[in-house]
Amino acid sequence: MSQETLRIQKISGHAGSVPGEGTQREYTVCKLIDTTTCIGCKACEVACMEWNDLPFGETIFDNTYQTMPETRWNYWNLILFNEHEREDGSLMWLMRKNQCMHCAEPGCLAACPADGAIVQYTNGIVDFQQANCIGCGYCITGCPFDIPKMNPQTHRVFKCTLCTDRVSEGLEPACIKSCPTGCLHFGSKDDMKFLAEGRAKQLRDHSNFPHAGVYDPPGVGGTGVIYVLHDASNPEIYGGLPEDPHIPWSVKLWKGPLKWLGNLAMVGGLAALFVHYLRYGPKEREGEDLGEGGRKS
Amino acid sequence: MSPEQVVPRGYVLRYNLRERLTHWIAAIAYLYLLVTGLAFWSPWLFWLAVILGGAPVSRMLHPWAGLIFFGAVCNMYVMWSVQMKSTDADKAWWKAVKYYSTNQDDKMPPAGRYNAGQKFLFWGFFWSAVALLATGIVLWFPESIPWNLRLLRYLSVLIHPAAALLTIGLFLIHLYMGLFAERGAFGSVIRGDVSIAFAKRYHPGWYKEIVGESSAPRK
Repeated sequence: MSQETLRIQKISGHAGSVPGEGTQREYTVCKLIDTTTCIGCKACEVACMEWNDLPFGETIFDNTYQTMPETRWNYWNLILFNEHEREDGSLMWLMRKNQCMHCAEPGCLAACPADGAIVQYTNGIVDFQQANCIGCGYCITGCPFDIPKMNPQTHRVFKCTLCTDRVSEGLEPACIKSCPTGCLHFGSKDDMKFLAEGRAKQLRDHSNFPHAGVYDPPGVGGTGVIYVLHDASNPEIYGGLPEDPHIPWSVKLWKGPLKWLGNLAMVGGLAALFVHYLRYGPKEREGEDLGEGGRKS
Repeated sequence: MSPEQVVPRGYVLRYNLRERLTHWIAAIAYLYLLVTGLAFWSPWLFWLAVILGGAPVSRMLHPWAGLIFFGAVCNMYVMWSVQMKSTDADKAWWKAVKYYSTNQDDKMPPAGRYNAGQKFLFWGFFWSAVALLATGIVLWFPESIPWNLRLLRYLSVLIHPAAALLTIGLFLIHLYMGLFAERGAFGSVIRGDVSIAFAKRYHPGWYKEIVGESSAPRK
């Protein structure tokens, strides 16, 4: 789903420079999800499938207000439902629209070995290019939010594109357009942060939510999808939203120190063997024949 | 497998057909694994997968080549694990390894069929292969590992390349010894035989053993 009008600032598995890096004046875009005004109507789920022409699949009813247990390769937008009992005994229904978070520092992109299979545009959208995907699934391991999903038939990985095709034409993502309560907003990251902080302050000052706040985790450099939560001190209650998401430590070790140590060892080893041969040569001494030379058969 | 292979005068049989076949199945599988693995290792080597038919094909075949390699390594274990057991003589060999690496083989304590370095190579490859298989299965089907077992994936993406790097180190030394340092070693894994001089020089313990066997009185 490559977009000619969008330039790329990060490329997975890429040797050399990145063509779009620092070449475009561009807002970082952001989706704001106010979980406190979401009624769990699933209009965004339907709009996502409609706009992206995703094939229909079986839904799994588990006696809750959740369509299925988790997102799928062809179901990128899922409202997670949780019942939560507060300390004063009152009950809350938590609805969190779950999809790709469009991290500023994407773990999927860091882990991906295929040139150009995952890109980040200058507007911050992280997008999978299935034509370049090799189906290794490393992005699944790199993602701290459990978002990329494999299509078992084509062995390619899919996820929310933040409606890259709409955004590049100046439109808002399909989910935003469909929301009847106005809990979804779309705009520049700065504007969305301002709106979100205002809403969180309102919840703290005028409603009974002293811990209300904005979820924009710094561990992944901030995200292109931010939440207003009634209780930002405990994001885990919202269907396991990680409190402090990071690119997994082992992916960092693998792509950092191990890569440099390994490259150094391989090149150094080859050089050392070459020098050894120049210095000492074969074990056979001059005039000796331990191998092929005198063989007649 | 014929029990006796005809060997030219002045030569002794070192590797029988089963040993040589197993070696080459492992070697060809390893080379494919090495090249495709390096393509996934670094963007600067990604072109290696392109010349092998494209990275999606490499991703599809790499695990199967891994199974073939592991099967061959298992067969090596069956054939050689007893001979590869460490002995007291091996400790003396390691102490004198600087003479070995500077081609002063006459100063080395006598080695048996395999010297201590070869034993190290064998066990290094064997345990790396076990680690590569265990982590490789996780990396084969990462989408099937549930979220609460994601630690398996985290460990695998780190251990798999680390173990592969270890085998690359062993492989480079193995290649250097077999192709460049010990003339006659490469021929031994093709035709199976080495010259008597080779056997006496590098594996005197083993030479004594086989000569002792053949000169034993027949019943």
